[in-house]
Amino acid sequence: MNIHEYQAKEIFRKFGVAVPNSRVAFSVDEAVEAAKELGTDVSVVKAQIHAGGRGKAGGVKVAKNLDEVRTYAKEILGKTLVTHQTGPEGKEVKRLLIEEGCDIKKEYYVGLVLDRATSRVVMMASEEGGTEIEEVAAKTPEKIFKEVIDPVTGLMPYQARRLAFSINIPKELVSKAVKFMMGLYQVFVEKDCSIAEINPLVTTGDGNVMALDAKLNFDDNALFRQKDVTEYRDLDEEDPKEIEASKYDLSYIALDGNIGCMVNGAGLAMATMDTIKHYNGDPANFLDVGGGATTEKVTEAFKIILSDENVKGIFVNIFGGIMKCDVIAEGVVEATKQIGLELPLVVRLEGTNVDAGKKILDDSGLNITSADSMADGAQKIVELVK
Amino acid sequence: MSVFINKDTKVIVQGITGSTALFHTKQMLEYGTKIVGGTSPGKGGQEVEGVPVFNTVQDAVDQTGANASVIYVPAPFAADAILEAADAELDLVICITEHIPVMDMVKVKRQLEGKKTRLVGPNCPGVITADECKIGIMPGYIHKKGHVGVVSRSGTLTYEAVHQLTESGIGQTTAVGIGGDPVNGTDFIDVLKAFNEDPETEAVIMIGEIGGTAEEEAAEWVKANMTKPVVGFIGGRTAPPGKRMGHAGAIISGGKGTADEKIRVMNECGIEVAETPSVMGETLIKVLKDKGLYDKCKTH
Repeated sequence: MNIHEYQAKEIFRKFGVAVPNSRVAFSVDEAVEAAKELGTDVSVVKAQIHAGGRGKAGGVKVAKNLDEVRTYAKEILGKTLVTHQTGPEGKEVKRLLIEEGCDIKKEYYVGLVLDRATSRVVMMASEEGGTEIEEVAAKTPEKIFKEVIDPVTGLMPYQARRLAFSINIPKELVSKAVKFMMGLYQVFVEKDCSIAEINPLVTTGDGNVMALDAKLNFDDNALFRQKDVTEYRDLDEEDPKEIEASKYDLSYIALDGNIGCMVNGAGLAMATMDTIKHYNGDPANFLDVGGGATTEKVTEAFKIILSDENVKGIFVNIFGGIMKCDVIAEGVVEATKQIGLELPLVVRLEGTNVDAGKKILDDSGLNITSADSMADGAQKIVELVK
Repeated sequence: MSVFINKDTKVIVQGITGSTALFHTKQMLEYGTKIVGGTSPGKGGQEVEGVPVFNTVQDAVDQTGANASVIYVPAPFAADAILEAADAELDLVICITEHIPVMDMVKVKRQLEGKKTRLVGPNCPGVITADECKIGIMPGYIHKKGHVGVVSRSGTLTYEAVHQLTESGIGQTTAVGIGGDPVNGTDFIDVLKAFNEDPETEAVIMIGEIGGTAEEEAAEWVKANMTKPVVGFIGGRTAPPGKRMGHAGAIISGGKGTADEKIRVMNECGIEVAETPSVMGETLIKVLKDKGLYDKCKTH
């Protein structure tokens, strides 16, 4: 799950991680009011969307007085920002962050991420702040420093110091940088983050080290114990079909094609997409119904697939293990009845309770094309949607 | 022979009174797995499916002599269950549970360092040695005893591979699902090593997917150490980049983790990679024939 920059900064304040003073605003008047409260000469008006590259797209403006705050707030609120992370359709700005301007001396990068190779959390830092870290990694990998963190001890001060010195933080500010990094690690662990990125981390003219921008992603599997984080969820930032899917614990990702897919298991779901593409078809979605699917979940999955107008046919590919074929079959029949399905439907069933599943489909009297294998099913559905 | 489990493996089911666990306990018993007990805190003394239930793993081990466990407890409690099993010094713990918070697994993995317990999973289908012992959730009927080892990050793709093999008359020694989570116990190399040492296994199918660099590392290991042919498949070739695979995540591995990169490295290391998931079996058979192993592996 993603949250906005202003929400990440709220969390940072609770953990003593330094950030500039700021207020969130949902309207132009609120923006001006927020700037007044901040009381600084210069304030920054920042678009709040779940995507990077806002500055380049005109979503971040420096205002020298309240009139400028009003002008920029008017300009940015309601505007659709197109950045390299939003896709061509862009994202509409509905919230602003009004932040005090600060006297930036230098920009750095600090990030935390899970390293699959070591099964540990790794802190990365670079003095190439403000640039995308991917770009730094590609062009000057020697400028990225890493510390692998033992979960028993957590990030140790010596590790944070080593990073701070490596990225050339001025020595009089190293202790503040260490405090910042230690706090950031606390946030990462206690809030079950999957990514924490501070780009840039800045040193300021008045001798502070703080997060000018903040990006936090959270581990969806841990949200059950992060109620306060869940409240930060902004549904405007998500695909409505994906929201619907998440209500039923379905893993759904919308794609551009016309063949709706319903599969159990992420690996098989990906392989099903690969197979459809192999036969020159185009999948409309990735949908893993998971292991614990019920008839109700399967019905909802069907409805979600069909809510995509591009879908011209559906391929159900199930290899039951923990998932029982009869449950899937009941769901398919139930959904087809409820929705009155008119599109071609190809079903391939194999695995746990397969005979019971096939019988349910056969007895239903519905117009279902059955397939003997994944390849057979993929070819059939590709042919049917032509 | 086989790897990790065989007809003598004595298994306890952690969380045995849950509905999923009950269903699969029944299936495992039908397959012939020696399920000697189960745990469910507070329900010690009861019996389900003819299997005695204990309050703690230690009790179950003390009274049944179990050497393996399978975990079906819900995600919030799974890390605790794994460590309870490790504390009771079981040889093997297979965790089926999906959606365990990754931070829990980081801690679990750290705690298991230096311990004798092998963890398989989480978020995996389990391990099966055909006709001897099935621990997990895989459909038993698709498996057939033979000479090919299967190792996979994806549950359902493992079934797909096994099914194709069996349909073509190629039996298996053991199929191991290592699970799809970013932090898991047993990895590809652990399993490949075991298959390499197993006298019954003649060849291996290794099924990976996009993300991380485990397949590349395994391929390098195969090139350096493996004396038996390995064929592969990588799921997610056509998956759009992005969504789940976080941004900074790819940095550490230097931008690796794509299907094309994995396939390239695997090919370089002498692993033939099936072009589509439907030809995993065919690809293996072709390699078996090339190596003169087909007749030995053909089981009917």
